[in-house]
Amino acid sequence: MALLLQLGGQIDTQLNARVHALARSLAGMDVDGLGECVPGYASLLINYDPLRLDREEVAERIFAALDTLELRTENPKVVEIPVIYGGEFGPDLETVAKHNKLSIAEVVRLHSQPLYPVYFIGFLPGFPYLGGLDPAIACPRLDTPRPAIPAGSVGIAGNQTGIYPSESPGGWRIIGRTPLKLFDWCRQPPALLAPGDQVRFIPISAEEFERAA
Amino acid sequence: MLLEVLESGFMTTVQDVSGRRGYAAQGVPRSGAMDWFALTAANYLAGNDWNATGLECFASGPILQTNANGVVAAAGRGFELWVDDDHFPLWTAVGVKSGQRIQLLALPDAGWGYLAFSGGVDVPLVMGSCATCLRAGFGGFEGRPLRSGDVLKVGGGNESTRIWPGIKHSLPAIVMPNYGDAVVVQVIPGPQVERFEPDGWAIFLASEYTLSSLSDRMGYRLEGAPISTTHSADVLSEGTLPGAIQVPGDGKPVVLMADSQTTGGYAKIAAVITADQPLLAQCLPGRGRVRFRETTVAAAQERYRGMLRQLQQALIARA
Repeated sequence: MALLLQLGGQIDTQLNARVHALARSLAGMDVDGLGECVPGYASLLINYDPLRLDREEVAERIFAALDTLELRTENPKVVEIPVIYGGEFGPDLETVAKHNKLSIAEVVRLHSQPLYPVYFIGFLPGFPYLGGLDPAIACPRLDTPRPAIPAGSVGIAGNQTGIYPSESPGGWRIIGRTPLKLFDWCRQPPALLAPGDQVRFIPISAEEFERAA
Repeated sequence: MLLEVLESGFMTTVQDVSGRRGYAAQGVPRSGAMDWFALTAANYLAGNDWNATGLECFASGPILQTNANGVVAAAGRGFELWVDDDHFPLWTAVGVKSGQRIQLLALPDAGWGYLAFSGGVDVPLVMGSCATCLRAGFGGFEGRPLRSGDVLKVGGGNESTRIWPGIKHSLPAIVMPNYGDAVVVQVIPGPQVERFEPDGWAIFLASEYTLSSLSDRMGYRLEGAPISTTHSADVLSEGTLPGAIQVPGDGKPVVLMADSQTTGGYAKIAAVITADQPLLAQCLPGRGRVRFRETTVAAAQERYRGMLRQLQQALIARA
């Protein structure tokens, strides 16, 4: 059983930082019966065990945590993600360039420049919801999704960019691939990225990709 | 005890009751039994902890061969438990001897069936759970449904064939769920219920929905009167969990089930209460019909606590 707490209604890094701060604060309270929290863009799903806590007790803890919310002052962790752009690894890179009337090199530069905030993880194990795509390289989804996108594929869908952690059907425009495993159930933690991290894409060559893969 | 899979049945997976908790923020689905009540009952009957690891199948059950003594218990909807040439109804525990064949035989109304073995199925703990995560291929037995020829390890070794002294060997009928293909399922209003008010909410509560055959462990799709929204059906993606009822733009509700994704961007009209999730799970996709009735959080939690209490009182003599 769970409570869903909505802290606002927009996609915003400051608001999202409050979501993560609340999740940390509740985890730090170590309350018997209070379960895992699942962050969204502007909300936190708070699981609890009704055999050990009732809803009012959970609400009290949430209000106490909100009153003393501490936003993290140190800088977020930056995770560098090497990407080979284009070619067989990024079959839609040219389409994205044409759609935006840019050269391929410009698309790669604009995609690998920003620090992308990880708002939360969802959809597939380890899949990061990233913000911060430059609108100059936005591109609509494919009309017909592909049956299988390889793990590690980096894509653009509308004004979002993302990375497929495992092979999956999908309609994103695939512009490159990373040799990193976004999710590995043998690893602890299994997900490479955590909510609140920042991502930077680093262009790499085919040789570097082969060495890392 | 080792169990050799002679025939796998359909979608036979290794599952526990609670599923995987603590990794949803990394996008890991909960998994675990579709019908938490049936696997809990089977575990109690086999003398196990409520959350021990067992087998789940759908519509067609496995045939297994033992190489040691132990106790097996069966639960769920629409199966019979066969041990060699003897057959037993569901919600029963039976002692089995080395070399015997255990079969969960499907009847015409078979839904989700469960087998629990004394000591539990022994598979590696992955992220705190033995449940199979089919979507990402880990947990349970090699992250996949069972195939004939697989060999499962169960419990410690050679166990007593006696039903555990503190346990009754069958569940009283009064405690068994009222499974069927026309069920009334209680819901609490969801976080975006106001987007559907007043018309959509009224349609939702007044209509009978048919379970689409395109339903699976991730979600049960409902066919019926489309639900109108006053605003867009999309919300900023937020955490979800099994039982939540999403309404996409086409107005056809989808109930998230055990393998549900952890976040979603559709408005949620309601949530099926934990106590009634087994009823919905066991209502058969393709022919089952569902109606929803509103309840309160307090009443829902009381019903859940009551169900567990009744189950424990019925089976555990000392409780």
